[in-house]
Amino acid sequence: MNIQHNQLLRFTTAGSVDDGKSTLIGRLLYDSKSIFEDQIAAVENTSKQKGIEGVDLALFTDGLKDEREQGITIDVAYRYFTTPKRKFIIADTPGHVEYTRNMVTGASTANAAIILIDARNGVIEQTKRHAYIASLLQIPHILVCVNKMDLVDYSEERFNEIVNQFEEFASKLYIKDVRYIPISALNGDNVVNRSEEMTWYKDSPLLNALETLHISSDINKIDSRLAIQTVIRPQREGFIDYRGYAGRLQSGILRVGDDVAVLPSGFTTKVKSINAGEKDVEEAFAPMSVSLTLEDDIDISRGDMIVRKNNQPETSQEFDVMLCWLNRESARPRTKYTIMHTSNEKKAMIKDVVYKMDINTFERDKDDKSLNMNDIARVKIRTTHRLMVDAYRKNRNTGSIILVDDATKETVAAGMII
Amino acid sequence: MNKYYLNYLDELESEAIFILREVWAQFQNPVIMFSGGKDSILVTHLAKKAFYPAKIPFSLLHVDTGHNFPETIQFRDDLVKKLGVNLLVGSVQESIDKGRVLEEKGKNATRNALQITTLLDAIEEHKIDCAIGGGRRDEEKARAKERFFSHRDDFGQWDPKNQRPELWNLLNGKHFEGEHFRAFPISNWTEMDVWNYILRENISIPSLYIAHEREVVWRNDSWIPNSEFLKLEDHEEIVNKKIRFRTLGDITITGGIESEADTLEKIVQEVSTMRQTERGNRTDDKRSETAMEDRKKEGYF
Repeated sequence: MNIQHNQLLRFTTAGSVDDGKSTLIGRLLYDSKSIFEDQIAAVENTSKQKGIEGVDLALFTDGLKDEREQGITIDVAYRYFTTPKRKFIIADTPGHVEYTRNMVTGASTANAAIILIDARNGVIEQTKRHAYIASLLQIPHILVCVNKMDLVDYSEERFNEIVNQFEEFASKLYIKDVRYIPISALNGDNVVNRSEEMTWYKDSPLLNALETLHISSDINKIDSRLAIQTVIRPQREGFIDYRGYAGRLQSGILRVGDDVAVLPSGFTTKVKSINAGEKDVEEAFAPMSVSLTLEDDIDISRGDMIVRKNNQPETSQEFDVMLCWLNRESARPRTKYTIMHTSNEKKAMIKDVVYKMDINTFERDKDDKSLNMNDIARVKIRTTHRLMVDAYRKNRNTGSIILVDDATKETVAAGMII
Repeated sequence: MNKYYLNYLDELESEAIFILREVWAQFQNPVIMFSGGKDSILVTHLAKKAFYPAKIPFSLLHVDTGHNFPETIQFRDDLVKKLGVNLLVGSVQESIDKGRVLEEKGKNATRNALQITTLLDAIEEHKIDCAIGGGRRDEEKARAKERFFSHRDDFGQWDPKNQRPELWNLLNGKHFEGEHFRAFPISNWTEMDVWNYILRENISIPSLYIAHEREVVWRNDSWIPNSEFLKLEDHEEIVNKKIRFRTLGDITITGGIESEADTLEKIVQEVSTMRQTERGNRTDDKRSETAMEDRKKEGYF
């Protein structure tokens, strides 16, 4: 089995216990043989205690003590499985109204999102909320799984009806790649194995779809951006004048000899060498962690950005952001927050709340200027210094910011630059 | 397929290097918690890559329970010498002698939980503001909820209900004086990933991981190694077995498995067909359903 070339796919699952989300994840793990015998034994044991016949698949995603006692999911939990084709990371997030914060967190690095719909209920408010967040966070691939098909007699007609419902409202959103899969997580139809009950469905079962999604293009490979995390200075023999500008390429490709500009100063020079994991390489691309040396001696420090001379981001002190408020403490008017953007951090103020988004109705409220936990709003931000930014839609890594409250040191908001 | 993509091991490596560099940039006095186990060896290896050609800028902190495998200590000392890094040791024996903790009693007594106090004391003594660990989210359900940057209050405690959201690649390590962070650069690696990477990079690991003959006793469903700390029960007997260890901890609680895997290739092969979880042979996790969660909240690794 040659796994050396396998890629890593991160996906998020949105839905509540009622949609069968835990059962679906349990089914994926179980049918792909990613669960160990002692875990199966433990779950069989608990299932028996609860009087459930067979194995309750949902128990495989069981969480912390408080969660089990209260039957809720507190937070994002990460789970892992591997098939001969790919390695997968699941960001498992709860789907209740009050957990927008967790969904946004889980979605921020995902290549794909699974949106679960109960076949009996069709598209409901929660579905719209999940689809909205997936589009807001620009998750490249959406897999809409219509679950519990066994409870609607595996009806093709019902499935098509739900697909139409989803298409209708999703046309208002910005979703690049969406596909629909009729499944029964409980019985395993079209999860890992093809359903014998739904021969009318000709496309891939869920796992196969996840294994074959084209994700190489998910990262922007055009706009070369390297935000400097730290400067490596060995200060030992053989490396006396060595200065390695270390960072993880946010996007694009850099080659030895490239004409580059260092921002915000604007000085230009050429790439002299690129080191990746102790080896010198001729070119590097996102998301590689590298360390560059440059032809000229330029003063560069953390927060600066190396870009191609003829392809530069905007440098700006004022921009519009779609902001998700994540903290119990509401935003305080005219307060300075610390803004973190790539490896840069400065002070920032929310100048205005342009509108607040009702994520159930997609209506915009221009009058309410407050920002409370789980709110999503378009705001105007002003920073004390210029930041090197791209639009989030073009570049997730250089278009995203968080706000930190200096009074509590907590991350209070996450934003996408428009 | 275009050539500009990373395979999953390269992507995990790149992510870990990114996190290690963030730790260095955001904290004043970070250390690597080094147990001599494969995960902390891996983190150390990644740190070497992250700061090449400079030396690893972190000290290694070893919490020494006094109940060690001699091989682990030998390995630690050799590695420290090779890398030219500073070694800090927090001694559980000293914590006991000073009366900071009480030794557990009974047949299954271990010093596992006592390490928490020693670790937190070392963090305070050396003014450590970030302790980098080899914890992985696939190991245990409490660890599945960990952040890359995990906040600890001034009692060193973890509050899973009140964690900072972690989005994109923006890591917030801000904290008040007296508080500290734990950083987990290999959060997203599974046991299989670790072994595949060790094989690929040919990283040297303690011989304990490789199948060898050893005196052992059958206890709690695994082979517990004979040592000066082992108290035999009447019905127990010491036998010779060819075993290897999947995880390394305190010698009194780390059980081995019977194995013929005496090369890295064979270990990778064996792990890929393994049907029991890695920590299944750790009696410290078997104490209760929430053993790990409870210890983590108090400040465990």
